[in-house]
Amino acid sequence: MSKYAPKVSELKKEFDEKPTILKGNYLDKEWWDIPVEFREGNWCFPAKPEVLESLGFANPRKWAATDQDWKLPSGWKKTISEGLKSRLKKYRSLKLFLDTCVRCGACADKCHFFLGTGDPKNMPVVRAELIRSVYRNDFPLAEKILKGFSGSRKLTTEVIKEWHMYFNQCTECRRCSVFCPFGIDTAEITMLARELLNLIGVNNNWILEPVSNCNRTGNHLGIEPHTFVQNIESLVEDIEDITGVTVKPTFNRKGAEVLFITPSGDVFGDPGVYTMMGYLLLFHHIGLDYTISTYASEGGNFGMFTSNDMMKKLNAKMYHEAKRLGVKWILGGECGHMWRVVHQYMDTMNGPADFLEQPVSPITGTKFTNAASTKMVHIAEFTADLIHHKKLKLDPTRNDHLRTTFHDSCNIARGMGMFDEPRYVLQNVCKRFHEMPENTIREQTFCCGSGSGLNTEEYMDIRMRGGLPRANAVKHVKDKHQVNSLVTICAIDRASLPTLMNYWVPGVSVYGLHELVGNALVMQGEKKRTEDLRENPMAGFEDGEEDDE
Amino acid sequence: MKKALIPLLMVAVLALIPYIGVRYAGLGYLFGIVIPYSAMAVLICGFMSRMADWLRRPVPFCIPTTCGQEKSLDWIRQDKLESPSSFFYAAARVLSEVFFFRSLFRNTRSELHKGSNLTYGSNKWLWLGGLAFHWSLLVIVLRHARFFFIMVPDSLQYLDDADRFLDVTLPAFYMTDALVLAAVTFLLLRRIRDARMRVISLPTDFFPLFLIMAIVVLGISMRYVTKVDVMPVKALMMNLVNFTFEPPGEIGTLFYVHLFLICVLAIYFPFSKLMHMGGIFLSPTRNQANNSRAKRHRNPWNSAIKFRSYAEYEDDYREKMKKAKLPVEKQ
Repeated sequence: MSKYAPKVSELKKEFDEKPTILKGNYLDKEWWDIPVEFREGNWCFPAKPEVLESLGFANPRKWAATDQDWKLPSGWKKTISEGLKSRLKKYRSLKLFLDTCVRCGACADKCHFFLGTGDPKNMPVVRAELIRSVYRNDFPLAEKILKGFSGSRKLTTEVIKEWHMYFNQCTECRRCSVFCPFGIDTAEITMLARELLNLIGVNNNWILEPVSNCNRTGNHLGIEPHTFVQNIESLVEDIEDITGVTVKPTFNRKGAEVLFITPSGDVFGDPGVYTMMGYLLLFHHIGLDYTISTYASEGGNFGMFTSNDMMKKLNAKMYHEAKRLGVKWILGGECGHMWRVVHQYMDTMNGPADFLEQPVSPITGTKFTNAASTKMVHIAEFTADLIHHKKLKLDPTRNDHLRTTFHDSCNIARGMGMFDEPRYVLQNVCKRFHEMPENTIREQTFCCGSGSGLNTEEYMDIRMRGGLPRANAVKHVKDKHQVNSLVTICAIDRASLPTLMNYWVPGVSVYGLHELVGNALVMQGEKKRTEDLRENPMAGFEDGEEDDE
Repeated sequence: MKKALIPLLMVAVLALIPYIGVRYAGLGYLFGIVIPYSAMAVLICGFMSRMADWLRRPVPFCIPTTCGQEKSLDWIRQDKLESPSSFFYAAARVLSEVFFFRSLFRNTRSELHKGSNLTYGSNKWLWLGGLAFHWSLLVIVLRHARFFFIMVPDSLQYLDDADRFLDVTLPAFYMTDALVLAAVTFLLLRRIRDARMRVISLPTDFFPLFLIMAIVVLGISMRYVTKVDVMPVKALMMNLVNFTFEPPGEIGTLFYVHLFLICVLAIYFPFSKLMHMGGIFLSPTRNQANNSRAKRHRNPWNSAIKFRSYAEYEDDYREKMKKAKLPVEKQ
């Protein structure tokens, strides 16, 4: 286990010893009197100076959150307070969310970080108060007169440290916003707070390095075009070994009907690569005329965790490349925050995409009217439509060695509203499926605890705590239904949940939805299948045994 | 609990002001005419300007929080209310929040059990308390409208009759009086007794609760205990709505305290969290349709961004791309 996280037995003991979720006694203490304490495992390494320089970002320097002096640039107070003012002018959401909260407490125990840490400042209402308290001090006149009465405070370096800590203990998952009677969305506040912090060089390397890479090479991992191609080609070889079928992806090909974009984690990371193999098998199975771009080789968008301008800058490549290649529409792979960007921001930021056509499935003829303007279709919608029209030859018994449950990714759930398509696909490719308890799925789903760019090794303590509610729900179905596979449609989930499962619920593996599709697809000209895409034996298909069908 | 005691003290002091002012200084005109007019002016202008202030700020992105299945393939059932794809259903969603507190109805309470097990039980008390509080206040305000009409309109009379249909005391007891008192007590107690609520509560959360509680208690005691003569009260109110600035007649001092605290509430309203009354209609996570892929949402200030173009990318990687047999634009 990581040196940045306590032993699981220690953490379990800690939970068993405290009687309630809220840790500590606050009878005579206000939250603003509690000092911020950075220790191993609860802060992310700051961006390297060269990363900031390559992006033209403020205040490149060497520092650490544990330092007394954060070397903030001169005039930082003015930068923050003017930055806040200008954002209040540009976003009705921010202004409303700072003004209308009544502190009813409905959100308090809805945050996975609060449930996992018991830290009062992780209650979404207090997270927003971190900014509200400063905003009230600076802005509305009447509250200024009533200072002290209204819970306002001055902007100090301590406040900045607090912001850095707690706006990085929010994964922008929007669960609190589901329960808020006014729909106050902490994700919106966190996004703008991180924008402000970036203005003075208070940042996270695990977010900004991918941003810089993505800008330069087209993807977060910084994979250059030739390596990108090589890696997919090695997956093609693996597919051939396992299935005997040679799939033929093309790259940067002009005139293809569809441009396929997926998070680069699917090309390089384990277990994302198996999901990629699933896509490749599917496209081959239906004979899709598609191409993959090495320039727009990233579905994900860490710009979203940096600033709205950076989100726009990185996202712009998708339409730019679709136009250059002359494709008709774009198909997007399994990813969470990528789809929040594509669904809610892309068309507004970089549209209108009038050079593309309304997506039509070339196999079923289905018109995707729900993507009429953006011209980008989610792979789960696409596959669900294929299955509904019986265009896929599937053998779900090939996934009999998996007892599955489905983890709704936050952004897909609460920033898009896609719940039934992936479940429909999953239940058609795998016979064994059990839902987790109802308060932990669909719109009430719990985050993996590592979203929004926090999936870094040195942050393990907080990640394992924040992931507890999700892990707990998985444990429930593991104990009750012997579930051993957690299926998800998010690249960050695929990267982070294996660690979380190892920590809290050993024995549960993490799968992408299309990996299971790839297992179940009966390909033309395939050899006798005995292993799944991970080269694990499939139950009932072992060598030498008679196949039932 | 300093942050609860200070607001309580403030309300007590505020209550003393008209009591002394009217009883010992004879300032009936000030408290009966001048302050009510000023308070109404502040409330109306303040409320409007706060709303205008919100409305003039743009909504750059389409960011509904989707709490149900989106509109997608024909055969997949959309949750039209929780993931609306049209203006009509988005409006219905907002109204369901306004009238029924739909999101609060979802509320759960998380609990930690042995073996680091978390459970989430249904918890509707806040929803019930909040609903009782707000609806009772609305009915009470509407009931009070009878003071402003010579002939009470039928609809108000029906509401009034319905509210006291129990008919158990003399004068007949209004259910909403009991309800609002119970609800405000509940809302107050949960802020004091629940550890989490204690942490998040500010003096500005206690102040309006104490203020409303005081107003309600005074109203109830005038009706059922001291039995204030309502005729001069009605005369004063009629004068106020008709803008005849005649001095009020003989009215009990308690009434002036009641009226003054209402004025304080009216003045406090536009500058405080009580503005959630208007804000709830504007919340972009609730009032927008989830149709951002079907219909383009426009951002009035869409920032001009220079992104790294394909040409720049190819310039940097052309040789490597050629080696990998990738097509290039320029040789």
